[in-house]
Amino acid sequence: MSPALDLPTVWAFIIAFAVFAYVVMDGFDLGIGILFPTFKPGRERDSAMNSVAPVWDGNETWLVLGGGGLMAAFPLAYAIILPALYAPIIIMLLALIFRGVAFEFRWRDPAHRAFWDVAFTGGSIIGTLAQGVTLGALLQGITVEGRQYAGGWWDWLTPFSLLTGVSLVVGYAFLGATWLVMKTEGDVQAHVRRMAGWLGAATIGLIGVVSAVTPFLKGAYYENWFAWPNVLLTAQVPLLVLVGTVLFFRSLMRGHEYWPFLLALGLFGLSFVGLGISMFPYVVPGAVTIWQAAAPDSSLIFMLVGAVVLVPIILAYTGYAYWVFRGKVGQEGYH
Amino acid sequence: MFDDISALTLARAQFAFTVSFHFIFPAFSIGLASYLAVLEALWLRTKNEVYLNLFKYWLKIFALAFAMGVVSGITMSYQFGTNWSVFSDKAGPIIGPLMAYEVMTAFFLEAGFLGVMLFGMNRVGPKLHFMATLAVAVGTFISAFWILSANSWMQTPQGFTMNAAGQFAPADWLAIIFNPSFPYRLVHTVLGAYLTTALVVGAVGAWHLLKDKANAGARVMFNMAMGLVAVAAPIQIFAGDMHGLNTLEHQPAKVMAMEGHFQSHPDGAPLILFGIPDQKAGEVRAQIAIPKASSLILKHDLNAPLAGLETVPREDWPPVPIVFWSFRIMVGLGMLMLGLGAFSILARVRRSLYDWPLLHRFALVMGPAGFVAVLAGWVTTEVGRQPFTVYGLLRTAHSAAPLDAPAVAASLLAFVIVYFVVFSAGTGYILKLMSHAPHPGEPGLEETPDQPIRTAGITPAPGIHHAAEGDAS
Repeated sequence: MSPALDLPTVWAFIIAFAVFAYVVMDGFDLGIGILFPTFKPGRERDSAMNSVAPVWDGNETWLVLGGGGLMAAFPLAYAIILPALYAPIIIMLLALIFRGVAFEFRWRDPAHRAFWDVAFTGGSIIGTLAQGVTLGALLQGITVEGRQYAGGWWDWLTPFSLLTGVSLVVGYAFLGATWLVMKTEGDVQAHVRRMAGWLGAATIGLIGVVSAVTPFLKGAYYENWFAWPNVLLTAQVPLLVLVGTVLFFRSLMRGHEYWPFLLALGLFGLSFVGLGISMFPYVVPGAVTIWQAAAPDSSLIFMLVGAVVLVPIILAYTGYAYWVFRGKVGQEGYH
Repeated sequence: MFDDISALTLARAQFAFTVSFHFIFPAFSIGLASYLAVLEALWLRTKNEVYLNLFKYWLKIFALAFAMGVVSGITMSYQFGTNWSVFSDKAGPIIGPLMAYEVMTAFFLEAGFLGVMLFGMNRVGPKLHFMATLAVAVGTFISAFWILSANSWMQTPQGFTMNAAGQFAPADWLAIIFNPSFPYRLVHTVLGAYLTTALVVGAVGAWHLLKDKANAGARVMFNMAMGLVAVAAPIQIFAGDMHGLNTLEHQPAKVMAMEGHFQSHPDGAPLILFGIPDQKAGEVRAQIAIPKASSLILKHDLNAPLAGLETVPREDWPPVPIVFWSFRIMVGLGMLMLGLGAFSILARVRRSLYDWPLLHRFALVMGPAGFVAVLAGWVTTEVGRQPFTVYGLLRTAHSAAPLDAPAVAASLLAFVIVYFVVFSAGTGYILKLMSHAPHPGEPGLEETPDQPIRTAGITPAPGIHHAAEGDAS
């Protein structure tokens, strides 16, 4: 394991960034879909949905960059992981179709709005569950022979993958609730603030359970976390989670509007760093490292030039789009 | 039930089904985004309300088509891995970066500014809003650039070496991006998208003119659409011819299948207008043909020799009947588009563009013709590439993921059911929007009168404004 910053390592960080950007951005809007049934039909549901309507499309584009980027930078990993996780990935894609079109369709067809609301919630829950299962199935290991997946078709379904699936549903709902604390006011805000408290406690509990189980899945995970002197560094992650937890509940109780969301993102970020500590330098845990899976240098350099220039520009105009739609989702003028 | 159908056939059916459904939406939204940009520019220049009304009218339709394009497109970016993993492993180092550039230069641009374009007029003002519309329109074109470059590389691969792992390793990116068939395919496809949109806009205009020939919005859209059809249809036929000649140079077997030439013709090949290709027997039955005309078109010489599929090993033949028929459907519709354009010019000369019901009925019937032609053309070029994924180098049979038939059958079934439910509903909503006549004071997405709640939700600015005035209820 070379500590030098070579091309595959740089690309591992870029792909990880894209996946994290996806989790952060689509996480809260999928979370709103998950929480949708807890809002009253009519004004409450409409403003919850409208708080993400102008941005969901851009959020989901990070999923395409994650997938496309993996194919481009680590084609072997893409070719092994996707067939191995065939069922959860197909289910995720179908679920995201339902919840994506629901944004438009529910306005176009008031007579069937209830149906598209169910599609919105169902799509969000099932899509998130499938993403969480995918993560768990990847972490627990994939059987590889030569350059192909060689396991069975139900290998992905285990208690651990179900645990990560449920955890992600709870976690996204947590992000969605804190987002709405920021974007709403009045009764709705009081409602989501309560939800944020419960979901925050549940998310942190589940982070604890998943973190406790993960090091015992594979030899390398345990080593990565507990080998001396690495443990001095890795131990900072759970410590920071504890600090974040305290800060989160304090900001929620003090009635802050922005901090709960930012701290929720911080907790997700720490979980993601933890994930990175477990997996690195493997991209298919226990089977294929980033160096084995990397595309030829000529591919990686060609894309790196584009990514260095374009990703900051993308972040800038994505920021602009969020800024245009900043502030509360209004209600007062329209009772 | 699926025992006698191979996993490979099912995977191909699934890819064909999902990509065909997906392709419909960009084929429409590439042209529509440009049309919206033109309408908004005309409104900003002339301040004529009719352009703003038309802009808002088509924006609602665009929003629906775009959403369906996005969700069906995400599926495509994962299906390379789920179902064509060996292809992804081998060709990923070349196809992957091209698609990554598509995401970074086009998808983010479109998605980033779509929200402003759809809901932001009141928040950013008309000038910035126009920039957002322009960004979306340019984004759709950039997207076409990269994905067609990737597709063209699969047809006419160059600029690579094979590495030790059996992968196509890029050696010269300019040669890869601007591979021989790319310029032709790009021009032909983008023109096809513009024609598709023009035919839809023209049909909607015609429908409303048939009901009320004084409707200002219907007149403007019909006028603009027929203008584009009249100009673009002949250019498209010329571009298609050039594309065909390019294909003859690089993929002769595909042209043989399009023409139905099983046998070689040493002294002038006939142009088979119709017939029933028999792949097994290697002949076209019941054919109606013009002697030597094919040589004239392809070689510009009546007596030029043309080789037939008999010169190609049988295991390298594409499925001839599909290619033969889809090509004829595309060309036939192209000729009808040319006819519609000519008809509209005649109507202009006679000053009866808005009151010639026969023209309007013709335009109405031609509404879906662009979609059918684009799909037929796509089938011609993709099925004509068979039996390879990377032409001449990687066989389709050696590209598929190691999946069992029941797994693929189940996912194919799920895709069919979901796509029919979701996309037929969406198409229904689009038709419903189109059935309303454009009118002055056309509501936009953020101000549809029967949806007051959306106003509150999507443009909080007025809400905040009212609250500030103490007008809280």
